[in-house]
Amino acid sequence: MTQEAVTTNSAAPIPSARKQPAKKVPTKQLLGIAGIVGFLLLWELIPRVGIVEPRFLPPASEVIAALITDFGLTAFWVAVGETMLAWAIGLVMSIVLAVVLGFIIGSSMFLRKFTNSTVEFLRPIPSVALIPLAVLLFGVKIESTLMLVVYASFWQVFIQVLYGVADVDNVAMQTAKSYGLGAMARVRHVVFPTALPYLMTGIRLAASVALILAITAELVIGSPGLGREIALAQSGGAISGMYALVLATGLIGVVINLVMRFIERKTLSWHSSIRSEVIV
Amino acid sequence: MRFLKTLGYLLALPLILVAIWWASTLGETNFFVPTPALLAEAFAETWFGERIFSDVLPSIGRLVVGVASAIIIGIVAGLLIGSVKWLRDLTEPVLEFFRAIPPPVLVPVLMLLMGITDGMKVAVIISGCVWPVLLNTIEGVRAIDGVLSDSAHTYGIHGWARIKYLVLPSAGPQIMAGIRQCLSIGLILMVISEMFASSSGLGFTIVQFQRSFAIPEMWSGIVVLGLIGVALSFIFQWTERRVLRWYHGLREVENAV
Repeated sequence: MTQEAVTTNSAAPIPSARKQPAKKVPTKQLLGIAGIVGFLLLWELIPRVGIVEPRFLPPASEVIAALITDFGLTAFWVAVGETMLAWAIGLVMSIVLAVVLGFIIGSSMFLRKFTNSTVEFLRPIPSVALIPLAVLLFGVKIESTLMLVVYASFWQVFIQVLYGVADVDNVAMQTAKSYGLGAMARVRHVVFPTALPYLMTGIRLAASVALILAITAELVIGSPGLGREIALAQSGGAISGMYALVLATGLIGVVINLVMRFIERKTLSWHSSIRSEVIV
Repeated sequence: MRFLKTLGYLLALPLILVAIWWASTLGETNFFVPTPALLAEAFAETWFGERIFSDVLPSIGRLVVGVASAIIIGIVAGLLIGSVKWLRDLTEPVLEFFRAIPPPVLVPVLMLLMGITDGMKVAVIISGCVWPVLLNTIEGVRAIDGVLSDSAHTYGIHGWARIKYLVLPSAGPQIMAGIRQCLSIGLILMVISEMFASSSGLGFTIVQFQRSFAIPEMWSGIVVLGLIGVALSFIFQWTERRVLRWYHGLREVENAV
């Protein structure tokens, strides 16, 4: 890097000095794009050369073509809509539940100690263990998906809210008390702002966990959505279609990550962790 | 006295919950919810027999092999990618995409590529678990303190010694966070790969119970999965406390100031 700069500087000092900052930014993006192109080329070549049979791994061009065809189909968008609906309802339910319970339990020392052992026991239980129960109770409907999504994402938010509420600054709390703020006002002006960064972290984690569980439920149980479409395409032998749907779930995952990071940045714009990032 | 108090806090709520469960199933015979006694009986009958060798241990074996390989691959590749800047820039978007793919989707894909074998199930676990470890290792290596890195350079610490004394310790907390995610994803994938495509293993057995409406047995299977999850989490916490003892100590000192 420095060597390069030195050589270009000695060759043509003035234009390169002006060019350097503008040129520096896109190298990263260019390398990233090169990485994607390289990956796609590799994927295209492996079945074409015959390392893996094309009927098990179709070349990238075929899969992308299948994905583009999917974009024009109503059935595809209906499946996406069903998955996203289960994702959104499940996420909102678990956030509301976790915030309410987290604030109540977190703000009382007694309740926190009282529930600790139960929480530590229930939390690591894998949500997929509930699949048979969900099938028995709800069958192949969206409720099954919701049950898994809510169980899995609830803990992500709940634990973060507990940490956040416990993190309240003692001096700030005493100050609020001596200024005569009531219980509700203290929650609103002292506890909530302290817990908000933790809550946003929890929501970001929960959003991706919720997507994983929504797709899982559809894949294994067969409730409507993208996961079921993938299982159907696989058993029906529509291999390019299956890979296209897998790509689609990845794209949804990327979009959710980006949106959640954006929301986190917006709601916490006042917080020092975000502000310092902006300054640096 | 203090010991009794701690014990009380530890056991009070679980005992109350079990008592509520026992009381509410006492009078009626609900088809979906077995009584505690029935569940305990089904648990002992179902899992303390040959099934522990035919289903439970093979499942746990696959889980351990898959997670261990994912952690090793993730850390080694992460050290490599994290310390070479152009490699990091080159691979970042592709890796981010792979992480965003919900791992269970890989089950049908790998089933197609490898057939229904033990290798496929291990491959599913590896391909789902490797991303959190890999990306966290890259991030941890990237965030090494510049002064420390320069000092190591000045003292002529290179190669393996640099990795052992500088890179691994400073990336340690991040790597452990990745491993924690990796464990829970691994358990999920173990169950799903068996539910989706298998004729043995824990996931398969539990679905089989559910399909034949053996309700207490199904519940006992759920309990087994829960116990494995809890055991994994305890093992992880114990290991993390030992590996990162210096880090937690440092944090405490910093917080106290």
